[in-house]
Amino acid sequence: MTALDPRLGLSGRTLRACVDDHRAALVGYLPLGFPDVAGSIEAMRALCEGSDGLGVDLVEVGLPYTDPVLDGLAIQHAGTRALERGVRTRDVFGAVEAVAATGKQAVVMTYWNLVERYGPQAFARDLASAGGCGLITPDLTPDEAGEWIVASDEFGLDRIFLVSPSSTDARIASTTAACRGWVYATSVMGVTGTRTTTSSAAPGLVAKVREAAPDLPVGVGLGVSNGDQAADVARYADAVIVGSAFVKLLIENDRSGSDDLSSLRSLVDDLARGVRSQSTSRS
Amino acid sequence: MSLPDALGHFDQFGGRFVPEALHAALSQLEGEFDSAMADPGFLAELDDLRRNYAGRPTPITRAPHFSAQCGGAEILLKREDLNHTGSHKINNVLGQALLTRRMGKRRVIAETGAGQHGVATATAAALFGLECRVYMGSVDTERQALNVARMQLLGAEVVAVEAGSRTLKDAMNEAMRDWVSTVDDTHYLIGTVGGPHPFPKVVREFQRIISTEARAQMLADFGGLPTAVAACVGGGSNAMGIFYDFIPDADVELFGFEAGGEGVETGRHAATISAGDIGVLHGARTYVLQDADGQTIESHSISAGLDYPGVGPEHAWLANTGRASYEPVTDAEAMDALQALTRTEGIMPAIESAHALAGARRLGLRWADQGRAGTILVNLSGRGDKDVATAIEWFGLTGRPDLVVGGLA
Repeated sequence: MTALDPRLGLSGRTLRACVDDHRAALVGYLPLGFPDVAGSIEAMRALCEGSDGLGVDLVEVGLPYTDPVLDGLAIQHAGTRALERGVRTRDVFGAVEAVAATGKQAVVMTYWNLVERYGPQAFARDLASAGGCGLITPDLTPDEAGEWIVASDEFGLDRIFLVSPSSTDARIASTTAACRGWVYATSVMGVTGTRTTTSSAAPGLVAKVREAAPDLPVGVGLGVSNGDQAADVARYADAVIVGSAFVKLLIENDRSGSDDLSSLRSLVDDLARGVRSQSTSRS
Repeated sequence: MSLPDALGHFDQFGGRFVPEALHAALSQLEGEFDSAMADPGFLAELDDLRRNYAGRPTPITRAPHFSAQCGGAEILLKREDLNHTGSHKINNVLGQALLTRRMGKRRVIAETGAGQHGVATATAAALFGLECRVYMGSVDTERQALNVARMQLLGAEVVAVEAGSRTLKDAMNEAMRDWVSTVDDTHYLIGTVGGPHPFPKVVREFQRIISTEARAQMLADFGGLPTAVAACVGGGSNAMGIFYDFIPDADVELFGFEAGGEGVETGRHAATISAGDIGVLHGARTYVLQDADGQTIESHSISAGLDYPGVGPEHAWLANTGRASYEPVTDAEAMDALQALTRTEGIMPAIESAHALAGARRLGLRWADQGRAGTILVNLSGRGDKDVATAIEWFGLTGRPDLVVGGLA
């Protein structure tokens, strides 16, 4: 794999640079608008920095949606509150700009109807001008992605599709062929949420993706909540994706009326150490 | 070319907007459905269940006294309320339960609004020895407690969903989440002509028996095809069932009546085609009640079975092509029709079906204004027993006797 492979897009190059540095990348998800728009942007900045300046390598900015079928309770809860508190689709571009201003990259994770309603072409334009890298689309697979493929090509954005343990070899091949940036492997059959053990299906899935698309980094998500689990996943994946564990801390803060992000920063530190404690299988 | 196409599209509508994790199961279902429908053994078993378990064919009943209120129309009722479990939902459930067994799965999950589909699913699960879990919004478990108890008696587990608007759409979200985690041994038995491909096609084909029977009955016993066919539309399964075989009959008008709730102008309604916009919800592109950002707007209807902010994609297509017309019917109009049919014909319809009756009455009166007359075949999709508590509240009934006798004062 060459560092200049155009299929690495924008965010794939960052992940690739981590692999070249003999470690997995750390990708952190936070929902926009929780506890409120400003508070969520503050939390994203904390994600980028941790308490020691390492932070995550890439931020996933989640757009809250009324019907999030792939999300577990924590992210559903935060999304519902964010919507009640008035978050709008257009707020995502400010969050992306704020992440970019820290020197880290941002991708947006969103259910498709929000982009369809905004207009795929307009969304791509505004995301690109905010400095965003692209989209992760949990309910949009390449089968239905015609408009998004056109729009993401026009504005040079990444399109990160998901693969799953139930994906056939043929679908892994067609899905990875449509990806630019990297490939998101859902490691367990299930919705988002922390788990006490990470998946046994994940290493096999990552191996299949690499066989189909040797040039693309593979991120593994769903289930990671601490540095040890991150280290486990870092043994075989190019990127470790963490979401619900962060969101749970923000929910605790919201319940106690606190805006202290030190526990969030500590978790980022722990995870950042975790991904650096293992040499990845690529190196 | 017949629709949907190979990718599940009805032109711009339909499709498969779901997490990748579900694609394998949807493809398996599609393959199993296609092979089953070409298998004489499967069709014979389904036919036997329809006749000897569900009680098909259902009759068409003339409603002369109700018709007297309907201007220029003679109202005929396709009696899906006489099916086992009390509604058309059993038609689809028996077919999908046979598919479940064919796929070697041992568990079914379902979403339900009014509880009719949940009861039907629990019934088929009992018959086939399948484990069954039904998701139901907690608003609906409260207003449909009788159906919750029926499902539990049948051995199903009923899960109340507290998320979102706590109605049918949230029950569907939760069922999808369950399915993502359990797809290896579980079939998601969707109850309407919505959701990702191939569900709109599968459910349509299992409900199509309504119009296959009704069309033959009209020709044999009622002197010809009806002028119009009318049905209520929530997700749209009973409507698709009674429309489908009439679609090629260009002279037969098709009317879908959506839940207008407190009135479309109040914003508190479930009239998706009449007042929604094109979007993606629950796996398909269709009409959706949504705000400027594409967030789903909560629907409102006195009828739990119609309280849904989306609609099956084939209805969206029929509306766009103009082959079928869709109009809202308010809570008040529906409840008035429920009382009218009950009092004049001795048939108590489900509140869902009462929307179709109210719409048919409006249509007949409109025809009278235009100097027209004709027959309207109304799909009486379900019986009203489950709705007695709602009726008590709506009509201010006390449930107490009118008179007490036999006691010594």
